[in-house]
Order: sequence, then C-alpha cells, then structure tokens
Amino acid sequence: MAEAITHSYLENTGKYKGILAWLTTTDHKRIGLMYMYAMMVFFIVGVLLGELMRLELFRPGQQFYNAQTYNGIFTIHGIIMIFTVVIPGLAAVFGNFSMPIMIGAHDVAFPRLNLFSWYLFILGAAIALSSQFLGNGPPDTGWTFYAPYSTQTHTNVVAAVFGAFVLGFSSILTGLNFIVTIHRLRAPGMTFFRMPLFPWSLYATAWIQVLATPIVGITLLMVIAERWLRIGFFDPSLGGDPILYQHLFWIYSHPAVYIMILPAMGVITEIIPTFAQRRVFGYKAIALSSLAIALVGYFVWAHHMYTSGMSITARWVFSLLTFLVAVPSAIKVFNWVTTMYKGSISVKPPFLFALGFIFLFMIGGLTGLSLGSLATDIHVHDTAYVVAHFHYIIFGGVGFAFFAALHYWYPKMYGRMYNFRRANMAFGFLFVGFNLLYFPQFVIGIMGMPRRYFDYLPQFTLGQQISAVGGLLLLIGIIIMLANLFSKKGAKAPDNPWGGSTLEWTVPSPPPVENFDEIPVITGEPYNYE
Amino acid sequence: MEMHRDDIGAKLGMWLFIFTEILLFGGLFLVYAVMRHRYADEFHQAAHQLNAFIGTVNTVVLLLSSATVAMSITAVQKGEKRKGVLFILVTLICAGIFLFNKYFEWGHKFSIGLYPGSDMMIGLKHGYILFFSLYFFMTGLHVLHLIVGSIILTVIMIRIQTGSINKERYVLLENGGLYWHLVDLIWIFLFPLLYLIT
Repeated sequence: MAEAITHSYLENTGKYKGILAWLTTTDHKRIGLMYMYAMMVFFIVGVLLGELMRLELFRPGQQFYNAQTYNGIFTIHGIIMIFTVVIPGLAAVFGNFSMPIMIGAHDVAFPRLNLFSWYLFILGAAIALSSQFLGNGPPDTGWTFYAPYSTQTHTNVVAAVFGAFVLGFSSILTGLNFIVTIHRLRAPGMTFFRMPLFPWSLYATAWIQVLATPIVGITLLMVIAERWLRIGFFDPSLGGDPILYQHLFWIYSHPAVYIMILPAMGVITEIIPTFAQRRVFGYKAIALSSLAIALVGYFVWAHHMYTSGMSITARWVFSLLTFLVAVPSAIKVFNWVTTMYKGSISVKPPFLFALGFIFLFMIGGLTGLSLGSLATDIHVHDTAYVVAHFHYIIFGGVGFAFFAALHYWYPKMYGRMYNFRRANMAFGFLFVGFNLLYFPQFVIGIMGMPRRYFDYLPQFTLGQQISAVGGLLLLIGIIIMLANLFSKKGAKAPDNPWGGSTLEWTVPSPPPVENFDEIPVITGEPYNYE
Repeated sequence: MEMHRDDIGAKLGMWLFIFTEILLFGGLFLVYAVMRHRYADEFHQAAHQLNAFIGTVNTVVLLLSSATVAMSITAVQKGEKRKGVLFILVTLICAGIFLFNKYFEWGHKFSIGLYPGSDMMIGLKHGYILFFSLYFFMTGLHVLHLIVGSIILTVIMIRIQTGSINKERYVLLENGGLYWHLVDLIWIFLFPLLYLIT
C-alpha cells in the first residue's frame, strides 16, 4: 500500500473509475469537494432567484410576475441559501477538506458516516427543491415556516419542511464526526492549545450542530404532524400556541447563525496570520471566544421575537444576552486587526477577501446591536433594515469568508494557482456590488420599507434601483470569480504558496490519498513566524 | 491496509448521538411542560383514560430488556457466544411484547374514535386534545425508535452468531446496547408523565 500514498487524492486508485470513484469515496478531501460542487449549484440557483426579486422590485407595482410567485421565490431563495448553502457552508466544504490535514490526521473519525452525511445532504436538498414542482405550488411561508400560516397554507410546505429535517440530520452527523475527530485524531503532541484556530472554530460549531439541530428537527416534524394529523400544538383553535413554534424554531435557528459564522471566523483567523506573516495575536482569546459565542449564542434566540408577545422580563433578559454575544465577536475582530500590526503584509486575493469580510461583518455586527436593543427593534422590526443586516452578516460575512477560503485553499485543493489579477477584479465587483445592493436597504428600512413585500411606495424607488444595480455588479463579480477559478488550469502550485505555517502546507499540493506518509509530531504552537 | 480502529472514538460518537436523541425528545418534553402548565386540570383528567396497568407491564418489560442487553455484552466479553445471542433474542422478544401491548392500547383508542384529527378528538376540550396529541406523538416516536433499535439488535445478533462480533471486537454490540438503553430511558420518562400523574 506504500505505493497508494504517493498518489494525489484526485487520481483514481480504487476499483471504480470516473464519477463512481467519487460517489463511493470516503476520502475527506473528495467529500469536501463534492459538498462544494453541490453547494455551488445551489448557490447559483439561490443567486438567480435573488436577482429575480431585484428585477421585480425595480419599480413599484407589478412588473414581471404576481405577488404569489414573489412569495414563492423569496421562500425558496431563503430555504436554498440557508439550509443548503450557508448552514453546511464552510464546515462541510473546508472543514472536510482542510481540518483533518490541519490536525495531522489521515481522515475524519468516521469516513463512511461522512459520505453518508453527504448523501443525506443531497437527499434533503432534493426533497426541499421538489417542493417547487410537486403538490399545490411552491411554499410561501418564508424560510422560517411560521405557524399558524405554515400549518394552513395550501402550498407544498411539507416537502420543504421535511427536506430541512433531512438536511438537519446531515448537519448533526457532520458535527458529531468532527467532534470525535478533533478529540481522537489530533497528531501526537498537538494539545488543544496547539491546534490551529480553524479546527477550533469547527469544534465550537460542531457542538452547536449537535446540541441545537435536534430541536428544529422535532419542531419540523411537529409542523408536518400539525398539517397531516391536526395535533394542535401550534393551532390556537385546538388550544395550541403559535408563539411556542417561534420559540422552538429560534432555539435552533439562532444558534444556526453561529453554525454559519464561526467557521467563517476560523478561516479569517487562518488567513490573516499567513498573509501578515505574524503570530496570531491572542491565540487563546480567539480559541475560547469561539466557545463563548457557541455558549452564549444558545441563549439569545428570543431576540427574534420582541414584537411577538413576550413578557417585558423575557425581552430585557434576551436583549442583555444579545449584547453579551457581541463581546466575543468583537474580541476576534480586535485580534485580527492587531495581528496585522507591524506585520509583513502581502495583499493577495485571499487576504483581500478577508479584509472585505472584516469590513462587512463589522457593519453587520454593529447594525445587529441596534436590532438587539428593544426600543429600536420595534421601529425596524420586519423592515428592509433586517434584510440588510442579515445579508451583511451572512453574505458579507459567511459568503466573503467562503470566497476567501476558496482562494486560500484552492492551490492545495487542485495543485494549481489562479490568476491574481482576475481574482482581485472579482473581489472589486463583489465588494462594490455587495455594498450597493444591501446598504440602501438599511436606509429604506429605516424609512419604513417592510421586508418580504412585493410592492412598495414611490419614495423607496431610488433605494430599490440602486440595489438592483448592485445586484447586477455582484452577479458579474461571481461570474468573473468562478470563471477565473474553474474555466482553465493555472500554473502548477507549490506546496506552500502563501508561506503558511499550519500542517496542510507541509504536504504536497494536491495532498496524497492519506495526507501524510507518517503522522507528524507536534512540538510547538501553530503560528510560528518569528 | 489495516483499518483504523478506535473503540473509544466509536463510543464517543454514540454518546453524542444519544445526546441528540435526548434533545429531539426534549423538544416534545418542552411542549408537554408548557401545555401541562396551561391546562393542568384537563391533563390530569385526560390521563385517567390511559391504562396504567398496561403501561406498568410495558415498563417492566423494557427494563428487563435493558438488563438482558447488558447481560449479552458481558457474555460476549467472556467469549460465551451462545449466551450472547440468547440474551439478545430475549431482548427482541421483550420488544415484541411491548409492541403487542402498544398495538392493543392504540387500537382500543382508535376503535372508539380517539386519534389525532378525528371528529371526536377535535370536539374535545383543548387540554384533552393536546394531551392525546402529545400521547400519540410521543409514544409514536418512541415506538419508531424501538423498532429501529430492534432492527439494529437483530443485525448485531446475526453478527455475534457469525463471529464478527466477538470478545475482541464488541464495540458495535456496546453501541447497540447504548441505543437500547436510550429507548428504555425515554420510556421511563414518558410513563410517569403520561400514565401516572392522574
């Protein structure tokens, strides 16, 4: 078997050839890529649906399609983007590809379970997407499936909800796999505090996946039972309580935001020391703030429900906790910026995307504080302000971190470089387009533009049209970026193109099948540049 | 290539999975708590409709089945293959008795028209509706887990027989046992909440 080790993971050495070799693989690197390809397809579908919404909103009144179609489009845009792109997101793609190498392991703890998780992911996504074509038309509830509407609408909610349930199960199994991997398979000498910070963030993420996802699982089953059997848990006419649904839903779905953002923060924490050639500032603070975010993030869910009808005590407690969660997030931002201080910075595409992340994440985070405070939230609740805040965190944060990670690990994944100039150009389009698209939404949100509305008053026209232009630039940026990465082969990549210090840069690009001939012994900290 | 083997890791994974199962049921226990608080009297009265005798029998049967799974693990660890298979078989028989009782319990309620969505059910007081909805949802989900657990144990029993689970390698049996204890444990909470608080 010594021979197999010298093969790159991209070559087929097993009994199957071509696509079958990929579909039956248990190699964590291949599974990571398979997640990435599937996610890119979903992402592009989601983007196009978003552009369709911008097109319709270009002018007040009906332009291209009716209000019911609009409801279906924003619902499926949300379901695709949330459940099939950003929740598995960085953890499933780069967690699978890089994490085992970074901790010095041959693979994850349960490779076959890992492949099974991918199939569940595809199955769940297929079920969720089938809701568009089967039954009585696309669901129109929004991705939150709020009861009682979700239990009463005649559209095909059950398929979407069940798809989300299956996707959640996939997410749980990935989380479980990562926790066991990090506990059991770290290289000899790699204590927890010698572990790189991306695996640290995945560790915190995995705990949220394991502890929060089952709650939404059972809640979604209750919605299905409510529709099929009239169990009445959320139906006031049978004694149930729709607010109870909101609680159960957000108990998962708020921590889910941290499932999305924590691995993004982890990636940024890898990129900044590499491109500043500096030891990361406040290693322990960054590591532990991931756990703090995971822990506190579990107890802030009801800040989505200030206007739903809760006691004032509940509201101020949740508001206070919401402000608390800003603290560990800010710790990370300060540490990233401080890491760059007196560094030898080389502004390559991954670093540019990381800077973009910090800038956009800060706007998203600070506007989050105004939403977390009780009085201002009443004013901007359910307006475009929330849409803008949310997209700054999820697209500006998670999305840009995903692009950063892609540009960072791309040479390792394929053993090829890409064109820096085009990557920078893509970044320019994405960054300008993004801000043009979402910043006006803050403004018209404060002016009173409600979210999820198909039509609007004339005074919001200018803001909506700037957004539409931004949406177009963003789309161009995405096309340039993907064309640059995937249209033609670049020059051969060296093993360590960026001068990184973590273990994935010590193996060949692309890595061999089992990553290491011999598991390395770790004797010091991961970011050793001095 | 020698397959990587890590029994502690496998058990850690199983424990995490059990966590998630408990949280899954935790969502239902939360709904139960909220509704019980809101309709305390009606929950109290509705619980009289459940047959505490059958419930008790099923509790004893499940406790016994948990014991026999544990005994099977000990037997396999000592290399006594025949006993190992036999104890799993007893466990499966217990599961069968449980399902048999449950079938008649549910069947009786269905025969008098008491099931979620039935006209009779919709006409009841709110507290009653929610109690019986919770009863069917919780015991139904539990039975589903019991059936899955039985299938897992059947596979394990065959593997003990063929020798692929033996006194050197028995982590699958241990994990199957853990899952079975989970099925038992959840029932231990369902039983008093649904049958005994009358």
